[in-house]
This record gives sequence, structure tokens and C-alpha cells, in this order.
Amino acid sequence: MALLEMREITKEFPGVKALDGVTIDLHEGEFHALVGENGAGKSTLMKVLSGVYPHGTYGGDIVVDGDVKGFANIREAEEAGIAIIFQELSLVKELTVAENIFLGKEPTRFGVINWAEVYQRSSQLLRDLNLPLNPQTKVGSLGIGQQQLVEIAKALSHKAKLLVLDEPTAALTESEVETLFGILRGLKERGVGMIYISHKLDEVFTMSDRITVLRDGKTVGTQATLALDRNKVIALMVGRDVGDIFPQTSHDLGDVALEVKHLTAFDPDIASKKLVDDVSFKVRKGEVLGIAGLMGAGRSELLTTIFGAWTGKSSRSFPSNANRAEILVEGKNVEINSPSDAIANGIGFVTEDRKRYGLILDQTINDNSTLASLNRFSGGFITNRSRETAATRKVMSSLHVKANSPMTVTGTLSGGNQQKVVLCKWLLTQPKVLFLDEPTRGIDVGAKQEIYAEINKLAASGLAVVMVSSELPEVLGLSNRIIVLHEGKVTGEFTRDEATSEKVMHAATGATKT
Amino acid sequence: MTEQVIEKKGFKLETTALRAYTMLGALALIWLYFHWKTDGRFVTPENLSNLMTQTSVTGIIAVGMLMVIVAGQIDLSVGSLLGLAGAISAIVLTNFGYGVLPAILAAIAVGILVGLLQGSLTAYFNIPAFIVTLGGLLAWRGVVKGITNSSTVPVSDQAFVDIGQSYLHPAVGWVLAAVAIALVLYQAYRRSKVEKEYGLGEGSLAPQIVKAIFPVIGILLFIYLMNSYAGIPNPVVIFILVALFGFFITNNTTFGRYLYAIGGNAEAARLSGINNKVVILTVFGLLGAFVGIASVVNTARLGSATVGAGTLTELDAIAACVIGGTSLMGGRGTVFGACLGALIMSSLDNGMSSINLESYLQDIIKGLILVSAVGLDMIGKRT
Repeated sequence: MALLEMREITKEFPGVKALDGVTIDLHEGEFHALVGENGAGKSTLMKVLSGVYPHGTYGGDIVVDGDVKGFANIREAEEAGIAIIFQELSLVKELTVAENIFLGKEPTRFGVINWAEVYQRSSQLLRDLNLPLNPQTKVGSLGIGQQQLVEIAKALSHKAKLLVLDEPTAALTESEVETLFGILRGLKERGVGMIYISHKLDEVFTMSDRITVLRDGKTVGTQATLALDRNKVIALMVGRDVGDIFPQTSHDLGDVALEVKHLTAFDPDIASKKLVDDVSFKVRKGEVLGIAGLMGAGRSELLTTIFGAWTGKSSRSFPSNANRAEILVEGKNVEINSPSDAIANGIGFVTEDRKRYGLILDQTINDNSTLASLNRFSGGFITNRSRETAATRKVMSSLHVKANSPMTVTGTLSGGNQQKVVLCKWLLTQPKVLFLDEPTRGIDVGAKQEIYAEINKLAASGLAVVMVSSELPEVLGLSNRIIVLHEGKVTGEFTRDEATSEKVMHAATGATKT
Repeated sequence: MTEQVIEKKGFKLETTALRAYTMLGALALIWLYFHWKTDGRFVTPENLSNLMTQTSVTGIIAVGMLMVIVAGQIDLSVGSLLGLAGAISAIVLTNFGYGVLPAILAAIAVGILVGLLQGSLTAYFNIPAFIVTLGGLLAWRGVVKGITNSSTVPVSDQAFVDIGQSYLHPAVGWVLAAVAIALVLYQAYRRSKVEKEYGLGEGSLAPQIVKAIFPVIGILLFIYLMNSYAGIPNPVVIFILVALFGFFITNNTTFGRYLYAIGGNAEAARLSGINNKVVILTVFGLLGAFVGIASVVNTARLGSATVGAGTLTELDAIAACVIGGTSLMGGRGTVFGACLGALIMSSLDNGMSSINLESYLQDIIKGLILVSAVGLDMIGKRT
């Protein structure tokens, strides 16, 4: 009998069908890999399983050990033996390993915690898992890899028989990955079933018994790993038509607008970890350069570092030698140490996650749009609202922002219109080079198409565009040229004619340069 | 997400305007209540003149405090700094025998220096403003005690004392009224022109003139009342100038816009090329300068610099901002609101004293009013 069956799971968000009849099953002691592009529905499926989306908000059945279950919350799922480890760690850094393991289920007597039991049981647990950790250590003083192991220990503390791991190796070094895999093999022998979500196909092929591929919220297929190879999996992942929502435009490219040489950026928390590793590229006027790669490949970090906004160390600050990064705008070597330097040198940056990095939601469209170019609309110090409003109106109408007036508060707009306001802000800085980071994340198809058309229009007018996107069709449809990042390194470069989903996906999952 | 224009028209303007009217209404109620309770001794030229003078010191500081809070920061040290700057101006005047101008400049310079020091610790050393200025609250009071040997420094220079105790000649008051009204009307005219130019409204002058009627009546009434007693008190003149300056800074300068941007979303502001650190440093310096000005008024009004001068003023200034609709999370608040908040606080003080309410009850009532003002705001926001 299967340990778990998920039958015909359907989950809808307003306007989007995130999961559409997904079926997956898991046996005792099985290592089952779940793969698919970003946005294919993997994480949503696991949130349904773990009770994050309670029973009744999705369609279909979850069957554990032959019984149909309906979890109202995460705790009920845990009690049924399902443990999930999300991409973001959910540990309290100020507490010790043992305190974290027992957080929320401390053994108590009359409300007083029995610390002896907490430490005795967590030592036992850590020994069982062969984890070389002291239960009295503060979690914050551990590396990310060890924290991941604590997370697993915590998940197993309530006798989980089913463990879900969502991209557990994204932040780990190679040796940490080996330790993790050793532990997972041990669990497998003890009969724990595992669902393993990963972008790294090498890991998937090393570890898994079966592979299920999701695409656009549907199960494309489940097969034994031995019957598959890398190419087949990639074909299943991307097998879709890049539609005609990308009008092909052709115009001549101009001179090189931006050139970056030997850019390396380090993790602000782990000084030795390179998030961007010796990346060099050029982009010409009128060209759209796509940067593809999977989550954590270093794409946003690359743009942020060029823009002068990276808070960690980078090769920009190396003493002058061959390893020092150089940035050339229109052939001239420039010093960019802050976002205002970047803006002054003609670089604009439509950041990802508009609510966190892009907009001040309480403020008007006008105030958001002119924020990065306020000096241009003022005599340096005294603002001129009528000039600002006139400019905002103009850019709003050219981008078709649907709002009554420039005085409308940004937070009341729909996602697509908010995204356009971020674009307004950067177009008003009159950039020569425009960075776009996930420019269509979380907006509907209509607004996406409008933004695609705008990107083409801007490129045709001579702007150099560098676009990061997790949506492969978008990158393939818009870019003149594509570079692919994997673990901070460039692993592929393709022209529009050469590029196919398969080639890009190969490079993005770590195959070497072709 | 489905694409539709979900929009509440003019949301921000409506709520801020609504808030201003509510507060004016609350102020009117407070005045009427005390007027009734005191058998008509509250809304008189003499008492209003006193009331405005009492508001001045807190009001001047509240204008600077507002800008600091809008930027998402806080300053708890202003009360002690008021004492310190006042003591130094008194020492410069009395002990060293310099003139009035050096005394004033010394007070303002001390304010700016302390503001910049605390601002740089906050902006560049990442020590939370709450901690830095809590330290300042303790330390600067200690410095006051040290430099004055814990004794009062009297001020006898008449020119200096006049800053706090004298009045503007009624004729000058009327001239100022004329200038102010001319400015209000000119603004109305310009607004109609701008509307026409950018097609924001019909662009006719008439509705703008109607809108200008209330401020014009307000100005005339204010000058008339002040002049019926002795003219506008000097502290009130200074308070009004500071408030106008603060209004200009917050509404018409890039610096002001950056304050709201940083308080609203510091990360988005940074990525838009704003140097958050410089802006935060500057706003603390500006508040320091205002505290310096307030200390001159305070010292002149009392005729001496006392060791305890300014104790708890920081809380009055913060309360004024909060009652005036400023969000302590940053990004939201107006100078007008903060000034009105200061006026409400001192109306309560003045009124409760004039009906001889016991001191302990006064404290309790002020505390209740502060919390309920914000509570009502939150309820209003939810619906």
C-alpha cells in the first residue's frame, strides 16, 4: 500500500489555476523527485499536502496509509506524520538547537518545561541521525548547511514517516550536500518516504527512485528514474509552445552600451561564498539581453552589484589588478558605488518584488514615478509639482497605466498597473541601459503582453535592456541573446536563433558550456 | 490576479482632509467645553494669547519631530537638549556677558551639533535612534547639571527677555495679516492656473477663491483676537515662522519628499538612488536647530535657564505629532497636523488648570486622550 496518494489535486487562485488535477504517490522508503520549471506548481502542491492551504480550499483527495485526510492546518499534517522543510528556514536563530527542535511541543509539567528531557531527547535524536551537533549551540552560530540539518532533525522529532524537502541544497556547499545525502539515505533505510523538490538534475538522478514532472500545474508524467535521462526530463519540463505573444521585431543593434568584466559578488553573511562568480558580458544599444537561470543562480545579485546596491563584498572593490571588476558604459570606464552613481551613468533598475523594493504603496503614482529623477524636476532643491505631474501623466499614458490621475495612491492599483508604475519611475530617469528583474512576476497575461510590447518598443528606440526572468518562454521570446547562469557562473550563451528551451535548461541545471 | 482598476478616488487626500477637519472639530469642542466650565473665561483674547504662547515651545519642537518621525526615526533627547541649549545661551549672556545675538547663535549651534552627532550615530553606526536619543536624554541633562552646578542661571538682558515675553505691535500684526492674505489669494490664483494648464479641473478661479475663504477668515480672526489683547506674542510669531518653514520643507523640497520615501519604504528609496544616511543625518540636525530656537524662546519666557527646563518636553512633542495623525512607523504625517496636535495638548493643559482640576487627574486624562486618539484612528482605518 502506498504511504501517500494525492489524487486529482486542483488548486485555484483568483484568475490562475495553479494545480490542475495533479496525481502523485509515494511508497515507504521511496525517494521521489518532483521537478518542473519555476511556477509549475511544485511548491503549491506541497503546501496543499502540509496543510498550509487547509482542506476545502483545494479539490481532490489526500490519502495517507489508505485513509482520506483533510488537514485544517500544519499541525494536523504533522500529527499525520508529514513533515515539510521549506526553502526558507523557519528556525529561531536566538534559540539553541534543542529549543528549536522542541519549539511549540516542549515536554512540560504543570506548564514548566522539563529541560532535562528536552536536551536528553534532542541528543538522542541527533545521535540517531548521525548529526555532529551540540544541542546547546545557538542556531544562529551554525552555518546554513548545519541549520538545514537542524531543520530536518526538527521535522523528524515528531516521528515523521513522510518528509518533503523543497530545494534543500540551494544554500549548501558540496560537502554539506554530501552530509545531507548521507542522512537522507539513512532515513530511506528506516522506511521514511521522501518527496524531493530540486532544480539540480544531477542530484535528482543520483538520489531518486522515481521522478514526477509538473508543467503548468499538471502532471506530465511519473517514471522510474532508471527509465529516464536528463534530456527526457528536460523535454518533459519545457515541452510547450512558446506562443505568439512575443511579437518578433527586428531592428539594427547599435554600439556597446554596457560592458561588465570579471564581476564577482560574495554572500553578505558567508564571506567566502560567491553568489556571482567572475561574470563578464556586453549589451548593445537596442539589444535585449536575457539572463536565464534557476532560483539562486545569482541573477538578481549580478544586477544589484552592477547597480551599486549590493550590501556584501564584490570584486568591484578589489585593489586594482586583473581580478578587479570593470564596468564600462558606452565604452567609458565608470565608478559606480551607489545607486545614485548608477542612475547618473544612465542605468535604470526595475527591481524584483515591487512591494518590497520598488514602490512606496502609501504614496501616489506621481510621487513614486518621480522618486528616482526628482532632481531633474526640481531646481535641485525646490520641487515643481506641476512639471512632475505633467511628466508622470505622459509616461503613464505611454505605458497605459490604468488610473484616474497621477494623484492615485499606488497601493490601490492592480499588480500589473503597479508594475507599470515601477517602469514609469525608471523611464523618467532617461536611462541608456535598463535592468529588468522579473518584470512580469505575479501579473496577468494581458498586462504581461503590454509589458512585452513596451520592452520591444524601448529596445527599438535604442535602449539597451538586460532582463532577468524565471519564465523561460519570456526569456526566449524577447531576448536577442541569452546568457545562462548556474551557481553564479555563466554556463551558456545563445543567440536568439540558437536558443531552445532544452539548451537553456541544460545550462541552467549545471551542464557545462556547450 | 485579474486585471481591473481597483481604485478609491483621491483616497489619500480625502483621509488627510477628513483628519484635519476632525481635529479642528475636536479642538473646537475642547474650547467650548472649557469656555462653558469656566463661565466664559476660556475663549478670551487674554487666555488665547497665553494659550498660543504656551503652545509655542512644544510646537516648534513638534515641527522638527514630525520630520524625524516621518523618516521612520524618533528623538527622545529633545527635552534635555532644550535644557542644555537654554543653559548655554544663558551662560553666554549672563556669565560671559556677550550680546543677544551670540547667545541665540550659541543655542542654535549646540542644537545642530547634538542633532548631527546623534544623527550620525543612527545613520552611519546603525545604532537605533531610540537608543541613541535615550542615551542623549540622560546624558544631556547631566551636562546641564554639570555646567550650571545644578543651579538656575538668571537672564536679565531686556532684549533677550523680550523674545519670550513681548508682543508684536498691533499695526505690524495687521501688515502681516495683509501679507498672509495676499499670499493665500495668490496661491489660489496659481492653483487655478496650474489646473487649467494640466487639465486637472475646470481651471476656473471661483472654486479656488471659495476654498481660500476659510484661511482668510482664520487669519483675520486670529490677528483681531491677538491684537485685542496686546498683539501677537513674539514666541507665537517664531512658532508660526518655524511651522511655515516646516510646511515648505515637507511639501516643496526634494529633501521633504525623501523623508516620506525613506519612512514609507527605506529599501525602495535606497534603490531609487536616495542617500538615506545623509537624509537621516540632516533631519536630526534640523530638529536640533529647531530645539535650539525653542530653547531661546523658553529661556526668555522664563527669564532664566533652570536645571529642569524641558523635562518631558520630548513626550509632549511626540504626543503632538501622534495626535496630529503621524504614523510612528514612518512615511505618514503633516506639519499642520503636528501643530494642531500641539495646540490640542496645550489647550487641555490650560483648560484643566483653569478649572482647577487636580494635577493627578490632568495626567490621567492626557494619557487617556493620547491613547484614544490613536485608537480611534485605527478603528477608522479598519472600516
